[in-house]
Amino acid sequence: MQAINIHNLQFTWPGADTPLLHVSELTVEAGEAVFLKGASGSGKSTLLSLLAGTLVAGAGTIEVLGTSLHTMSSRQRDRFRAEHIGIVFQQFNLIPFLTVLGNLRLAARFAKRTQEFSEDRAVNLLESLNLDSSLRNRRADQLSVGQQQRVAIARAIINEPEVLLADEPTSALDADAKEQFMELLLSIREMTGCAMLFASHDDALSAAFDRKVSLAQINTAQLVSASHV
Amino acid sequence: MFEVAFSSLLSRRGSVALTLASLTISMAIVIGVEHIRAQAESSFVRTVSGVDLLVGARTSQVNLLLYSVFRIGNATNNIEWQSYEDIAARSEVSWSIPISLGDSHSGYRVLGTNDDYFQHYRYGGSEALRLAEGVPFSNPLQAVLGSEVANALGYSVGQEIVLSHGIGNTSFVNHDEFPFTVSGILATTGTPVDRTVHVSLQGIEAIHLGEGSGTNGLNASEQLAGLEVDHITAILLGLNSPVAAFGMQRAINNYPNEPLSAVMPGVALAELWQIVGTLENLLGVISILVLTASLLGLSTMLLTSLRERRRELALYRAIGASPLFILLLIELEALMITVLAAGLAYLMVAAGFTVAGAWLSETYALVIEPWPSTPGIWLYILGAMLAAVVMTLIPASIAFKKSLAVTLQSA
Repeated sequence: MQAINIHNLQFTWPGADTPLLHVSELTVEAGEAVFLKGASGSGKSTLLSLLAGTLVAGAGTIEVLGTSLHTMSSRQRDRFRAEHIGIVFQQFNLIPFLTVLGNLRLAARFAKRTQEFSEDRAVNLLESLNLDSSLRNRRADQLSVGQQQRVAIARAIINEPEVLLADEPTSALDADAKEQFMELLLSIREMTGCAMLFASHDDALSAAFDRKVSLAQINTAQLVSASHV
Repeated sequence: MFEVAFSSLLSRRGSVALTLASLTISMAIVIGVEHIRAQAESSFVRTVSGVDLLVGARTSQVNLLLYSVFRIGNATNNIEWQSYEDIAARSEVSWSIPISLGDSHSGYRVLGTNDDYFQHYRYGGSEALRLAEGVPFSNPLQAVLGSEVANALGYSVGQEIVLSHGIGNTSFVNHDEFPFTVSGILATTGTPVDRTVHVSLQGIEAIHLGEGSGTNGLNASEQLAGLEVDHITAILLGLNSPVAAFGMQRAINNYPNEPLSAVMPGVALAELWQIVGTLENLLGVISILVLTASLLGLSTMLLTSLRERRRELALYRAIGASPLFILLLIELEALMITVLAAGLAYLMVAAGFTVAGAWLSETYALVIEPWPSTPGIWLYILGAMLAAVVMTLIPASIAFKKSLAVTLQSA
């Protein structure tokens, strides 16, 4: 089964004349780690939002884990996202006024997995991400940026998602922390076997991935609009 | 969601505390006004029962009601004793209570009357006066105290007290010549009776007697023996048939020997309540406007917070929250503030009336229970919560709309 399958996707902002995205084909196999290269403003975040289902495409199909997103109701998409898709951003990954545990518990809650959620499991997860378990009751906004990004990984995989989306997750980190973060992220992938779509402008990070895709190459939106002129 | 809403409010404690304070004050005003209204109404209606007519010197019916029943203010004039005897002797009259007002003891009104008072006076449903201790007065120098008088001044049966002329509690004409003995103490009624010192009609004359006593050369017992009651202040009448009240009222209003007024307590109460009621409605409207302003403040605070919470709200969506969750979260925050404000306001009102209770009862003859518990109060509190929910729909629905389509982005 493919983790992600995009076919003839087209997305136009309401009120805009020309589409921002037009992707005829993009596939991520189950367990595959794909590096999506894209400059800022190239529509990376929009593409990830479409995959996560917080934005809805105007045309084309997006299948995640074999399920077409636009056949679902908005409520089903929210539930699907909570259960099957983990997301890590550049920053602001955590609710700042909740504790580390509170953030993890909230993520479990949206996936209706509060039964499975336990403090022990959360602490194990934190420790496997090189986070001291004493941080669990610390408010998220009291952590260092590096710690926050690692808690963000924990938050993203707490519900054991099959798909992990990452949007420039290392941009706010210094070189050492960046390296450590990438190592953790890829070890997580080995540990959980989830598919990964990692969007970044930084080519240097692409080496560790199975495959590299350039958004500029697969997005034909500009060409389409140009041909209309 | 509870944990999230609570932590969220805690993280914005500055603006939340100010909003909470404003909401608490306005809810305290609403609860306080409603509480006073309910309490005033019930103590009002409870004060007198079973009296068909109040009779006094010619005056307005509200004034007559105020001084004869509530013991507030003064009579414009007295009634001749002869008039009382004429009226009491009429065939329609079942019973009559003569009362004579005008003096005070430590700020409590002294009321002269006779045994009929203890036999016929009714309050509340139609409860009779009951002596908690002792017996009714049987001579001019005995007094029966209302329960609050006895409590506040620490008097007990058998104690000697001095009654002075005038209604202030610092009268300088304070004669020790005729000390009164407490013969009995009434059980609590929750009416002005509790704040009254009852003596016989002759007892009232005895107090007046003290004023000029140095000059006439008689000793105290001789003076007492010669006491005659010439005037009283008002009469409470019970009739054989309530239907007779109208005819009787007309007869008294046209009494040939002196100008008298007769009023039906129910009619006078209604008129007085109407005067008070207008003020009360005004207060009610003002308190609701104040509450509305505070709720708008709450709504504004939440609306303003949406801008700084843009990324927080987008993050909820990213980890699987529905737009409805966002709406409910904002609503829950508003509701938590409102519930807390209602609780604080309730305690504030209770504390306020606990502190001010004695003063209110002395100054305005208002007996106010400190803990509001009428259905009206709960209705107002419930209404405030409902209003909070409705007004919060403004920021909550804006947040809802904005989170329908969210671009998950880092920056």
